[in-house]
Amino acid sequence: MTWTWFHRLGSPPYVYRLAGRLMPWFAWSAALVILLGLFDGLVIAPADYQQGDGFRIIYVHVPAAWLSLMIYTWMGVAAGVGLIWRIKVAHAVAAACAPVGASFTAVALATGSLFGKPMWGTYWVWDPRLTSELLLLFLYLGYMGLRSSFDDLQRADRASAVLAVVGIVNVPIVKYSVVWWNSLHQGSSLSLAGKDTIATPMLIPLLVSMLGFTLFFAAVVLVRLQGEVLRRERSATWVREALA
Amino acid sequence: MNALRLVLMRDLMLAVRRPEHCVHPLAFFLLVTTLFPLAISPQLSQLRLIAPGVLWVAALLSALLALEFLFRDDAADGTLEQYALSGQSLTWLLLAKTAAHWLLTGLPLALVAPLAGAALGVPVSAFPGITATLGLGSLALSLIGSIGAALTLGVRRGGVLLSILVLPLVVPVLIFGSQATTLAIRGEAVAAPMELLGAIVVLAVTLAPLAAAAAVRISLE
Repeated sequence: MTWTWFHRLGSPPYVYRLAGRLMPWFAWSAALVILLGLFDGLVIAPADYQQGDGFRIIYVHVPAAWLSLMIYTWMGVAAGVGLIWRIKVAHAVAAACAPVGASFTAVALATGSLFGKPMWGTYWVWDPRLTSELLLLFLYLGYMGLRSSFDDLQRADRASAVLAVVGIVNVPIVKYSVVWWNSLHQGSSLSLAGKDTIATPMLIPLLVSMLGFTLFFAAVVLVRLQGEVLRRERSATWVREALA
Repeated sequence: MNALRLVLMRDLMLAVRRPEHCVHPLAFFLLVTTLFPLAISPQLSQLRLIAPGVLWVAALLSALLALEFLFRDDAADGTLEQYALSGQSLTWLLLAKTAAHWLLTGLPLALVAPLAGAALGVPVSAFPGITATLGLGSLALSLIGSIGAALTLGVRRGGVLLSILVLPLVVPVLIFGSQATTLAIRGEAVAAPMELLGAIVVLAVTLAPLAAAAAVRISLE
């Protein structure tokens, strides 16, 4: 097996063009899959016997919450790769991920509290999941804050990468400490092992919607990655040629 | 090991000659705990309920204040750079510095905490428990905080940023610590949250100096 495909990912011009080529595929499939998932979830799926139509917010809430954690992991892995092998493009990926992840965390919190008002009678409860999601938002904000406080790009990259890696180690500890601290959020509807506690006609649109949101994330990150690469390489000749 | 002892002794000596770095966070801690009775109610029965939270939040804020001084002076006068160039392991030297920092800020705070507790209506029987939980907890705060302090080296007005970086990371310490203190005040067994706190300290002793050393190296580049 040759590793040239992997080594080429370290080259900014190659990554810039690759991101540009892949982006429309992800964007169009995301649009298609999200529409399909939302139509199936909001129109076709049956109403819940207890929560009525209110439960349908999960078709936005669950994908956003899932992405908020997945993007943090991506960010940490990219930052770790950048820190260890000193790959500039990896740092650009981490930088591109952070604002997207923070936005999905904010969406998960907002939809969660909109769901909480009719179901639990209050917009906010100090429930473990809500609290750990809120702390995740602060972790994202800290990461972006640290990144923006250095003028030197290389220092910003490396310092924020250390923080992202520390965050990855810490996220499970925060998660479980908060769970032991106070347990109203309904248990998880999805699990890899064991039986899902959600009816199939409701589950399928949820999975479709999660896939759609994930594709959307990929498309957005590719656009942001192109921007990051351009910003970092603005004095290089290939940029002038690419933009000419 | 010799270098470790030298760094530890040097930091302790510096603190003896310039005590304000350790005295100010302590004064801040006592002041913050004084604000709560003024803001809420002077009734001891009410204050006793919120005492663990008040003690821990005040300890957290005071620890953040103290963390600003952990590396700042040594970074400014080039001492950290000499440590990095000394051929000794920077990780170990930073562990020694953090240990000195805990001896100078965390331990005194744990020792005066019963005083603040007494003012909040905590019974005398809970004093050892309060000192033990805050002593162990502040060790974790110093270690985890050392990463934040190292990352914000060279950042202008890094104090606010330091709090945003460190506070979400130390939430588990706050949770288990205030749980242990609550149990101690009620006169119940504190072993379970103390063991979890201990586990966090063990993990932090192992990993935090590594991350802090990486961060200090980045700041020297």
